[in-house]
Amino acid sequence: MSILTEDRSDDPVRSLLTKFDLTDMQSGVWLVLLAVMVLGWILVGPDFVSGGNMTNMMVRAVPLGIVAMGQTLVILGGSLDLSVAYLISVVTVLSASVMDGDPNNIPLAIAVALAVGVGVGLVNGLLVTKGRANPLIVTLGTGLVMKGLLSSRFAAQTGSAPREFQILGYGRIGGWLPLSVLLLLAVFMIAWWMTRSTRFGYHLYSVGGSKEIARLSGVRDDRVIIGAHVWCSVTAAITGIFLVARLGAGSPWVGPEGVYDLESIAAVVVGGTALLGGRGGVPGTLAGVLLLAVLDNMFNALQVDGFLKSVLRGVIIIAAVASYALRSKRKDVDIA
Amino acid sequence: MSDTTPQTGDRQVQRQRPAPSRRDRFGGYALEHLKASAPILAVLIVILVSIIFLNPAFLDPPVFLAFLRRTAPLIILALGQLFVIVSGGFDLSVGSLITVTVVVAAAVSAGDPDALIPVMALLLVIGLLVGLINGLIVTQLKVPSIITTLGMLLILRGAVFYWAGGSPTGALADNFRQFGREAFDLPLIGQLPYAVIVVVLVALIATRLLHHTTFGHQLLATGGGARAAVMTGVNIARIRVFAFVLSALSAVIAGILLGGFAGVSAQVGQGYEFQAISAVVLGGAAIGGGRGSAVATVVGALTLEALFMLLNLLGLPQPLRETVQGLILIGAVVYAGLRLQRAG
Repeated sequence: MSILTEDRSDDPVRSLLTKFDLTDMQSGVWLVLLAVMVLGWILVGPDFVSGGNMTNMMVRAVPLGIVAMGQTLVILGGSLDLSVAYLISVVTVLSASVMDGDPNNIPLAIAVALAVGVGVGLVNGLLVTKGRANPLIVTLGTGLVMKGLLSSRFAAQTGSAPREFQILGYGRIGGWLPLSVLLLLAVFMIAWWMTRSTRFGYHLYSVGGSKEIARLSGVRDDRVIIGAHVWCSVTAAITGIFLVARLGAGSPWVGPEGVYDLESIAAVVVGGTALLGGRGGVPGTLAGVLLLAVLDNMFNALQVDGFLKSVLRGVIIIAAVASYALRSKRKDVDIA
Repeated sequence: MSDTTPQTGDRQVQRQRPAPSRRDRFGGYALEHLKASAPILAVLIVILVSIIFLNPAFLDPPVFLAFLRRTAPLIILALGQLFVIVSGGFDLSVGSLITVTVVVAAAVSAGDPDALIPVMALLLVIGLLVGLINGLIVTQLKVPSIITTLGMLLILRGAVFYWAGGSPTGALADNFRQFGREAFDLPLIGQLPYAVIVVVLVALIATRLLHHTTFGHQLLATGGGARAAVMTGVNIARIRVFAFVLSALSAVIAGILLGGFAGVSAQVGQGYEFQAISAVVLGGAAIGGGRGSAVATVVGALTLEALFMLLNLLGLPQPLRETVQGLILIGAVVYAGLRLQRAG
């Protein structure tokens, strides 16, 4: 077990500036992203790297990107959240119903969405810490609870977003910079700031590295894990709000159809964060999300069969994680 | 906060039960199995009594056997999953593998009854390969099992429909479907479904393998503490690969039964991986490995299905079944966690 993970070489900007370490996982995934862009340029043509297509790819990455920023923190702390997909659905349905096409209701709808996020995050966090429950199983459970409630009450699209609110989904600043991309960047900056510059962030890395040692050094590990779960559920709520702006209504199936639970975990691990916690960070996740979006766009441009795309996606996820695991110097025998 | 909470370091000390001595072999083993499944068995009995109270016909052998037949695929799948969970991992690829089994069987045999044996052999080989690949990726490439089997889920689902051209084709011959839906004629109880015989056989083999063989003990030791297992000379990589192979084979068998029972469809295996994990958790196995009981897992799967039946009888809307399943899952895992904490 590694001791406190206060290893600043994980910081991609720093390592890029100081030593440009090719073997560093976090900067490695940005380089792979760059390589895939070049590959796309060669295979698809110059249109692939045109401003229009680049913006398009980034907008497509926004919903998964936001929730992956939350999933990263949970995984860094050594936990996991499988309930985000259904939480996203719950939030779209609730906030769209509250809005009901009236712009005056927008603040209330956002408040309701965030409150639901905080609530679900608290429940998940408390069950994982105070209930000593395995995070995978318990968040699968809370997800099922939400799924059942959703499908018993809502069969189809519910509520509607006023035109003013849909600007969040489609608006562009200066005619080119999509608001939605700014939203993703804002969530990313908050997550980066939290992990890199706050006490909570340092504690999160230490708890994820070794809960026992963190506790012995005075870290209140339960609070840290609960905090990470609350943040994760809040990012799921923000994704839900964004999807309402994008779809113009709430849908009980938008979360599970987007497979945001497993996809967000995949994006986090492709971005170089260790599933066991303690190592990695949000910059890698951002690269992981963009990498998945760029590959998806490239496969579409090359007219790869949808089922074959699923196969390739599976292979890429396994290969990415294998490449990190094999290079890792940490010789762990007990891999979950 | 006390420092006696079991953590990875001293987990093996907490979780390994002493092996029963040879002296009290038969009675001792039976008692051991019963003790391991006591909490969930109590829950099952309460649910069954409630069902009988609401619907006395449940006691008729055909009705009860139909219930067992419906539960058979889940029991088999849960027993396979148990081996992986006890070794310290998860297998999320089994639902997709069930779909692969049914779709491949229908497409290859195209309803030809003479193809039964070759098709069965082909399916088992596919299962063997999938389990082997899962196990090798986890042990040799050091990819966490959740990610490995998630990737395998995507690969299998994509590959089978890419191969089949988008949707299931062909048909299943009657002699293939008999395992899932036909029954023997027997005196006294009337008809004994094939599926019930299959599930009893699988349960006996799984119990024997997990609790009464060197492999089983090494598997429990691997999940309890890999480092300690290595030091006592266990080849943990081989043990883990074997666990994934058993899980994949269980998915193939469950797929054969489901194909007979439910026919060919693209959604046949959907969600089964989480149902199987739920059954294992209800059976009291420790997530993270080291502790688990085959008998309790069978009881766990029966409890899950019986619970659905009870909710149906109570007139609960279909979707709320999932809510209740979620609550039961949370309850089971919190119960297990807190019990473990008390024990430590």
